[in-house]
Amino acid sequence: MNSIILLSVLGLGNLFLGFRRSNRLLLPAAMLMLVVVLGVNFLDWGTSQSFFNDMLVIDNFSVAFTAIVVLTALLLLPFSQKYVQDGEANLAEYYSLLLFSLVGAIMIVAYNHLLMLFLGIETLSIAMYVLAGSEKRSLRSNEAALKYFLMGSFTTGILLFGMALVYGATGTFVLRDISFAVQNPVNASLIPMLYIGMLLMLIGMGFKVSAAPFHFWTPDVYEGTPTFFTAFMSTVVKAAGFAAFLKLLVQAFPAASAQGLWLPTLTAMCALTLLVGNVGAVTQTSAKRMLAYSSVSHAGYLLIGLVAFNGQLEGASANGIFFYSLAYSIATVAAFGVLKLVSDARSREDYNGLNGLAKTNPLLAFVLTVAMLSLAGIPLTGGFFGKFFVFSAAVEKGYIGLVIFAVVMSMVSIYYYLRPIIAMYMRDADDEATATAVPVSGFQSGALLVLALLTVVLGVLPGLLAGIL
Amino acid sequence: MLTVLLLLWPVAAALLLHFFKGGAARVAAFGAALVELVLAAYAAFAFNPNNAGQFSLNLPWISSAGISFHVGMDGLSLLLVLLTAFLVPIILLAAFRRNFENEGVFYALVLFMETGLIGVFTAQDAFLFYFMWEVALIPIYFLAGVWGGVNRAKVTFKFFLYTIVGSLFMLAGFVYLYFQTGASADGLAAHNSSLAAFYNLNLPAETQMWLFWLIFAAFAVKMPIFPFHTWQPDTYTEAPAPATMLLSGIMLKMGIYGCMRWLLPVVPLGVDRWQNLVLILAVIGIIYGAIIAIRQQDVKRLIAYSSLSHVGLMIAGVFSLTQIGLQGASIQMLAHGVNVVGMFFIADAIERRTGTRTIADLGGLTRQAPVLTVCFLVLLLGTVALPLTNGFVGEFLLLEGVFEYNAWMGAVAGVTIILGAVYLLRMFQRVMLGPDSSFTATFTDLTGAELALLVPLLVLVFWIGLFPNTFLQLSEGSVLNILSEVVKR
Repeated sequence: MNSIILLSVLGLGNLFLGFRRSNRLLLPAAMLMLVVVLGVNFLDWGTSQSFFNDMLVIDNFSVAFTAIVVLTALLLLPFSQKYVQDGEANLAEYYSLLLFSLVGAIMIVAYNHLLMLFLGIETLSIAMYVLAGSEKRSLRSNEAALKYFLMGSFTTGILLFGMALVYGATGTFVLRDISFAVQNPVNASLIPMLYIGMLLMLIGMGFKVSAAPFHFWTPDVYEGTPTFFTAFMSTVVKAAGFAAFLKLLVQAFPAASAQGLWLPTLTAMCALTLLVGNVGAVTQTSAKRMLAYSSVSHAGYLLIGLVAFNGQLEGASANGIFFYSLAYSIATVAAFGVLKLVSDARSREDYNGLNGLAKTNPLLAFVLTVAMLSLAGIPLTGGFFGKFFVFSAAVEKGYIGLVIFAVVMSMVSIYYYLRPIIAMYMRDADDEATATAVPVSGFQSGALLVLALLTVVLGVLPGLLAGIL
Repeated sequence: MLTVLLLLWPVAAALLLHFFKGGAARVAAFGAALVELVLAAYAAFAFNPNNAGQFSLNLPWISSAGISFHVGMDGLSLLLVLLTAFLVPIILLAAFRRNFENEGVFYALVLFMETGLIGVFTAQDAFLFYFMWEVALIPIYFLAGVWGGVNRAKVTFKFFLYTIVGSLFMLAGFVYLYFQTGASADGLAAHNSSLAAFYNLNLPAETQMWLFWLIFAAFAVKMPIFPFHTWQPDTYTEAPAPATMLLSGIMLKMGIYGCMRWLLPVVPLGVDRWQNLVLILAVIGIIYGAIIAIRQQDVKRLIAYSSLSHVGLMIAGVFSLTQIGLQGASIQMLAHGVNVVGMFFIADAIERRTGTRTIADLGGLTRQAPVLTVCFLVLLLGTVALPLTNGFVGEFLLLEGVFEYNAWMGAVAGVTIILGAVYLLRMFQRVMLGPDSSFTATFTDLTGAELALLVPLLVLVFWIGLFPNTFLQLSEGSVLNILSEVVKR
């Protein structure tokens, strides 16, 4: 709770800082705020408190996922340095919007009431709609914002409709009470309404985390959005979205009768997402678009964690999702961070724009390599243990066929994750732009090193965080 | 504790290497590899051949899942750790000749890989084994991919994909086995992944039948066994010489070692079911590799195919499931490692001087380079398995093992020696004897440093050949243990 209050206040404070007409202070101030929030967040570890008549519940689960989203945002901020250097007029607004959307993210990992879920998703999304269109003079950015906004509001409608139906059938918005009502239906004729409501909510959440077949907005929006905000979208929104999704299933619909409906649906969505994400990524020529499809495919791996449902916010399923989200977020921030630096300097986002990077910027090449290996799930990186935990949770539940399919799909993914590595290390610069070094500030180098280090630490000492929930 | 030191030292040295520039990096890397060799030699000295699981350390790694960082050595592990620690300094010395771009990074990757290799040979936990298996793969991918020949991107990509797909199957097999085990020793997790737990599983024969292929997939690609070998000749040819030495000298032993430690005793009934098929594939590989080798025009490619042929015999020996076959495989792993690294070094020395590897372009080296010729001949005869050399001991034991299993297969596999003599001596004749070519007219003999690099290898050729018991007694206990696990069920 403290982190929500703190973030809201600091976000406002940041807006006021913007009046100073000097951008220099903004970045350090925003980062300092996030460090403070991260520290304050951990104070709630081990406690379980509820607020506003049980509308929000802060427990280990919410603290853990809050830590992921805040840490991700913190590690991402250094890559906005170019905005500072360019004297971007709206920087204070950008940062404030990011902080506000973090508030939304924290709300949806801590909600206990569907209204909070709705408010959280809206707080998170509205900030993102604006940021997607922040490059006002770029046609693609505008297109992305419009697409994201239309799709987002459409799915929010579906989600809201689902909530309304569930409310109509159960008479409550509180998760535990819904669960009780599902198991002890008062009026049998309302049961179809309940399940239709549940499925609509499932679809709504599927849209938010870009699970197939509701993923089609993702590649265009991710590609058009300025890279810095794409990174935020594909990490914070996804991690928080999955935490909310898990919470919804665990606390509102754990009943066997409900599971009989949503589990096959999710399993099918999961397999489809894996297929669409991975096969889609293979055919891309732009690294950024590849990362967009890769983000869809990772939604598929995370869905495996949901399918390995054990009816608790702890144990193999929740821990798998937690570890996976963390490893995925860190690697994705690193990948987008490098991509942003390279595309700012070389103004291209295709694989060939990375040619010869190992010679001109060994550090960038190294960090992007670590990130790619992590996303591909190769050992020594956090991504491997993320996949390992999620897959073994599913094997334990007997989903061997699904896991085999996922493993085959991650073999496919190696193909496209190796392409940037091949471009950087095994191809030479093909024009003047790729022959010159990409300018990287010491600050950004430090952030990149931290990201690579975190990925490797997660990959070597997973015991530090495995099973903490 | 010593094992952990052996594991940590190379990776620590690789990280520290970052602080050395240019020439200093060479010296530092070589020094670090020598320290590792001393450590390994000390381990061999302190080793008691009668005990299994020495120098072991067992720490919780992912305690919530019952996965532990458990390393230790028995005789078989020790032999391969010694081989690794012995070959790495030689491979580093060979790399000095090449003056690679960014050489510090190159040496760091070699040292990093050493950690992975030693980890594979000492891991006592299935997931640690898999982890180390991939830790060894990543550096070699970059070594071959960044410093390799013209087609490196394509070739190393194929190599990486093949090996990683194979090892993912192995991982899937391990995960399945893991869920069949009982609670971990500390009681914190419902399952555990220790080697001992895997040995104690009594799975039904039908399960073991398919589990066998999951686990074997990784080893089959790595060794490689026919028909999973298609990545090998290209990768050996395109990779820079030191990387080829790492691949052929040490890395393919990971596959054979894996079969002995993680396949035979874990799924004995599966092995029983498929033993015949694997032996047939191995024998096909022996003949196939040899016949292709005869047709090769490129020295490096020829050695690559000859390696394929020799590995086939080692696989056949392992799958004969006889003590003599397994012992033969243990000692042949050393012999092959020594010989193939030496051969690739000489091929590289010739290429550096003449700029070509094509047999037709070479000739008459004996006159300009008598020392090189003698070294080459010794290594060649070791590979051909002439008595008194290391190859003879290994191949003799292996063939005897295969004979014990099936005399016909033994007879066919025995052809390897004859065919080996055909292609290797033919190459020797064309490269070393005969008239000079325009490429070889100004050939210079081995320098003192190059000779110093080859001498330890030559010594081992005869040492293993004359006193094989030094090494055989080390692995005997482990081989008997493995076989007792196999026949227990």
